Amino acid sequence: MNAAEHLPALQVVLPLAAAPLAVLIRHRLTAFLLVLAAIWSAFAISVLLWLQVGDSGPISYAIGNWPPPWGIEYRVDALTALVLMLVSGVAAVVLPYSRASIEHEIASDLHYLFYAMFALCVAGLLGIAITGDAFNLFVFLEISSLSSYVLIALGRDRRALVASYQYLLMGTIGASFIVIGVGLLYLETGTLNMMGMAIRLQGLTGDRAVLAALAFLTVGISLKLALFPLHQWLPNAYAYAPSAVSAFLAATATKVSVYALLRFYFSIFGETAIFQRLPMADFMLLLALAGMFLASTVAIFQQDLKRLFAYSSVAQIGYIVLGISFDSVTGVTATLVHMVNHAVTKGAIFLLLGGVMLSLGGITLTRVQGMGRSMPLTSFGIVLCGLSLIGVPGTAGFVSKWYLILAALEHGQYWLVGAILSSSLLAVVYVWRFVEVAYFRAPLPGDEVRREAPLSMLIPAGLLVVATIWFGFDTSLTVGIASDAAQELVRSGR
Amino acid sequence: MSLLSHYSYGAMVFLLMAGLYIVIGRGNLVKKLVGLGILQTSVYLLYLAPGKIVGGTAPIVSEDFSLYSNPLPHVLILTAIVVGVATLALGLALVVRIREAYGTIEEDDILGCDRQSEAEEPSP
Repeated sequence: MNAAEHLPALQVVLPLAAAPLAVLIRHRLTAFLLVLAAIWSAFAISVLLWLQVGDSGPISYAIGNWPPPWGIEYRVDALTALVLMLVSGVAAVVLPYSRASIEHEIASDLHYLFYAMFALCVAGLLGIAITGDAFNLFVFLEISSLSSYVLIALGRDRRALVASYQYLLMGTIGASFIVIGVGLLYLETGTLNMMGMAIRLQGLTGDRAVLAALAFLTVGISLKLALFPLHQWLPNAYAYAPSAVSAFLAATATKVSVYALLRFYFSIFGETAIFQRLPMADFMLLLALAGMFLASTVAIFQQDLKRLFAYSSVAQIGYIVLGISFDSVTGVTATLVHMVNHAVTKGAIFLLLGGVMLSLGGITLTRVQGMGRSMPLTSFGIVLCGLSLIGVPGTAGFVSKWYLILAALEHGQYWLVGAILSSSLLAVVYVWRFVEVAYFRAPLPGDEVRREAPLSMLIPAGLLVVATIWFGFDTSLTVGIASDAAQELVRSGR
Repeated sequence: MSLLSHYSYGAMVFLLMAGLYIVIGRGNLVKKLVGLGILQTSVYLLYLAPGKIVGGTAPIVSEDFSLYSNPLPHVLILTAIVVGVATLALGLALVVRIREAYGTIEEDDILGCDRQSEAEEPSP
């Protein structure tokens, strides 16, 4: 019995067990420390798993010692390791931040429930990434979704309740579609194991049940992914949720859905000839472009900064899906790099906005004017992240757009380079709106004095801002893992 | 393999569409959740119906029987039912909170309330 062998199970079990314990303890400091310990160890485990995968290739772990076709298999490969590190890493940064942040947003007798839900949400997201069983993926998806509905509903504004309810409707429809897709695949192949499905689907060209499964899975995952035009739930959910929750969900929830999409498209359907028969790539390309342009345009006209950056998230998801639609190693690398870079950037922005909310009491553009003087560090951080959203060289966003453009050139679609650049110009406009208001307008009366957010909130946000810049210069970590994962995915296909 | 022998799929599609229609077409938040429940039920049917084999018995090893029905879908759907119950409970809890905050559970009225309070917000 070697503890290292059981790391894949511990990865999910630790946060999952921390949640009910936190509810039983009912004491907010103890609950916080418990969940913090669970999530920091989950991050350590994800790094260990990544090292293990690097040394000895994909890990397969049989839950309860039932071998794969019968039992549930946990499977860790380069892609899984990347998503695990992203989710647990962001959670490890956001959780210490949330302690100061929810102090002002959630009644203090509910704090232990917040920590429990947070741990549950992390467990669900990690589970989606690590499981090798298609039905198990649905169960973890629901664990993470149900807990995120609760987290969003904890927002101070009553509109948070409606946003959460709408997300619940859309999310449940999405999850039901996913489970219908999985059911059809199960009827077709007789197995729920992803590897098993892939083997039995090999060489299929146009079975109607498989096509229906592909359609249901695409729509279902796109709902969770907030792919344009199925993004309606996202802006309100991010805008009215507590700051720490907005940051965590913006950085991880949609990214894990990207993972699910890649897993189904490349690992399961990869060896079928479906993509050659259906214009899937053109279809995804169209939706990605629509998202990039329309959502960025809508972002320009927002008054509330959280909503502005939420619409920008929908646009960035467009870039992520654009990479998938190329169906090549470079394209998927671009997708994965942008997934990480955007998670770090958007996480940092929402953490900083939480500080603004706390100090100034509002985040509408009229409220934050002159913020460059009263909160210089925070404003500077938001501007740096904004540059990364635009894709200015020296920031993380540049690296991912560079790879997207490389993939477009490799594909021979030169006009796409123009599309990527011109949609970046729209990002310039909405980031500039913040810069103009924060730096070129006089502060509101009473805002002249310096009042940054407390250090316990500035430090986690600062960490992510530094990561945004770091990933812009040192790409060995992000691009390294991403290209390994992309090669694994796309090679398993063609 | 006639159309009739596949009637369970027909029922499943009908339930799916009926549920989806109620979720989209009704403005009452509780009715929407009812629709969501019907939609989820259609999924249960999709899994359960093909698990039954005509003439098959429960999977208990015995020399008298050689044809068994597949028990796995039942286990899966048991999980899905639990998820459905949790979703419904959470949804209803949210509706209670929405009623407390807005005094109504009609979607149009809630949107009206939001527009009104947004208009009333002082714009500096």
